[in-house]
Amino acid sequence: MSLRLQARKLACERDDRWLFRGLDLDIRAGEIVRVEGPNGSGKTTLLKILSGQLADYHGELFWNEAPMRRSRKAFLANLLYLGHSPGVKAALTPLENLAWYQALAGEPDDAAARLEALASVGLVGFEEVPAGQLSAGQQRRVALARLTLIPRPLWVLDEPFTAIDRDGVVALEARLSAHARQGGCVLVTTHHALAASSALRRIRLGQGGDDAGA
Amino acid sequence: MPGPDASPVSEQQAGVACREPREGTAVAVRATLKRDLVLMLRRRSEVLNPLVFFALVITLFPIGISPDPALLASIAPGLLWVAALLAALLSLDSLFRSDFEDGSLEQLLLSPQPLPALVLAKVAVHWLLTGLPLALMAPVLGIMLSLPAGSYAVLALSLALGSASLSLIGAIGAALIVGLSRGGVLLSLLVLPLYIPVLIFGAGAVQAAILGAGVAAHLAILGALLAVALMFAPWAIAASLRISING
Amino acid sequence: MWAFIHKLGSPKWFYAISARLQPWCWGAAVALILVGSVWGLAFAPADYQQGNSFRIIYVHVPAAFLAQSIFVTMAVAGMIFMVWRIKLADMAAAMMAPLGAGMTFVALFSGAVWGMPTWGTWWMWDARLTSMLILFFLYIGVIALRGAFASRDSASRAASVLAMVGVINIPIIKYSVEWWYTLHQPATFSITSRPAMPTEMWLPLLLMVLGFYCFFIAVTLMRTRSEILRRESSKRWVRELAAEEGT
Repeated sequence: MSLRLQARKLACERDDRWLFRGLDLDIRAGEIVRVEGPNGSGKTTLLKILSGQLADYHGELFWNEAPMRRSRKAFLANLLYLGHSPGVKAALTPLENLAWYQALAGEPDDAAARLEALASVGLVGFEEVPAGQLSAGQQRRVALARLTLIPRPLWVLDEPFTAIDRDGVVALEARLSAHARQGGCVLVTTHHALAASSALRRIRLGQGGDDAGA
Repeated sequence: MPGPDASPVSEQQAGVACREPREGTAVAVRATLKRDLVLMLRRRSEVLNPLVFFALVITLFPIGISPDPALLASIAPGLLWVAALLAALLSLDSLFRSDFEDGSLEQLLLSPQPLPALVLAKVAVHWLLTGLPLALMAPVLGIMLSLPAGSYAVLALSLALGSASLSLIGAIGAALIVGLSRGGVLLSLLVLPLYIPVLIFGAGAVQAAILGAGVAAHLAILGALLAVALMFAPWAIAASLRISING
Repeated sequence: MWAFIHKLGSPKWFYAISARLQPWCWGAAVALILVGSVWGLAFAPADYQQGNSFRIIYVHVPAAFLAQSIFVTMAVAGMIFMVWRIKLADMAAAMMAPLGAGMTFVALFSGAVWGMPTWGTWWMWDARLTSMLILFFLYIGVIALRGAFASRDSASRAASVLAMVGVINIPIIKYSVEWWYTLHQPATFSITSRPAMPTEMWLPLLLMVLGFYCFFIAVTLMRTRSEILRRESSKRWVRELAAEEGT
């Protein structure tokens, strides 16, 4: 079963200012789509709309040819979203954090998978340390461990490279292209330059909304 | 078009293929209950502070009014209920705030499980670690206010029952203000008027017990209020969280 | 059906139609209130118990009626906004809230003024006055919540949810306060619950109530019109309108 996320004439108005208008998107399996644009051009807002968090938009969204409003549950079962904040509880250990995410995603409770996921992001030896004692980069890695732990075809990642060291960036980039090769799909915003590949596509958002109020 | 079909079948099985939603609401609710319980127990001060606040407020009244036991006994039911209500209210501000700040609230909202069920789990933990301890502690403070004998069990029971409604109604307010940086006073402004029916019947139950009248009717109404709150509040909380996350 | 709702929800259409409606509403309001107050204050017979001080009923009761109706209307408008995303409904709800709070205040103030000759004190915890006071707090909560958000879209939605939660609670609050009152003060008589009123007393009251409603509609139309211009000031039809007016 292929996956397809489409947007038709997508527009978002925030307090009388158009962030973007008339956006047509067709995102399919095997693609890495990078959303670009200056600060304040609505990158995060677009990702929030495309991940079903913001209902306040004009235009239509389709998940696998069906309108989003009707296929929301099916869509969410295929989505993995990483926002600005890592979503890691400081008082819980990385393992406990992942256990909650596993249950929340409807995955079976599997301790071995959690250990493996933490190992895949280079957090061996930190499994039982309260996340509050980890560095910002390590907390971000705990969040990124979800990419391995929870198999979802559509990844929506908002600035995933923040606070990650150079080796981590290389590993994550490899992880993204591997996901696309395997038939997944990645939607990402980043200030980090992604290596060009045939799978990479760019969406450029407007220059700070200079068509406001027109 | 870069074809997904080009990828090997084994990799498809590794979990990249499109997925059907799974049923796992009970699992997710249980995990959320467990997570919140562990979190609250690791930050014990959050559990203890409302209790200390409760005791402190009760201490203020004899000092501010009079140490006369007869006078205190006559106002004790109302005092205990108002102080417990305020203590429960104060603890509500943090119900969703830490989840909002570290980003786990967004993840909760993006779960394929029904959001009202998940927030109900969070509210249940709040009641278990705030409302229930307050109810258990109230009889001790009742002794200090010379609450007449025979009303202690009713006091604890009415508080246990009523504070569940307080947690549910208060969570709506907490969800509405979670995105605002200074929401504390606003929360009490939103929530306190809605608490009045619970206060009337809760304090009324204790009064009735003191007068020797039947308390079954009061407790039944408190139960009915809880039923109404259970019916509406989870949806209102879920809707409010969706609004706040975009604020 | 759909088309009608959307036409009704179009600010431009509403702006045009309300311009024609508005003078009629103002006319009806002024006429009804004028006739009602002259009749009520000068010609209606004095009360056999309260003398002339009962005449404050001609302000108190319409204000209290209107205060409650405005809250319900506000909640309905909020629901329309949430369900069909009609921004006009939200504009009207936003404009109604201060008027509703004002009417609640008028009802409270007139109740206090009435209380002085009747009870010999400015304030009694009368059932109706108490629930009016709680309604006042509910209004303040909705207005404060709307003002607390930086984003207007979130503010509108949060205020709508709170108004809906409040409207579910209003009957519960009302009945529990009445129950509480009869329990505590069974002997005092309430200022507005009275034996059947003679026709020459209630007819002017009816006129006043109708007049207050017309006044509410007129004020809401007027304020919503200016709110439309403010929110839609970047739209083409508003600019053309401004150009026609020569400003």
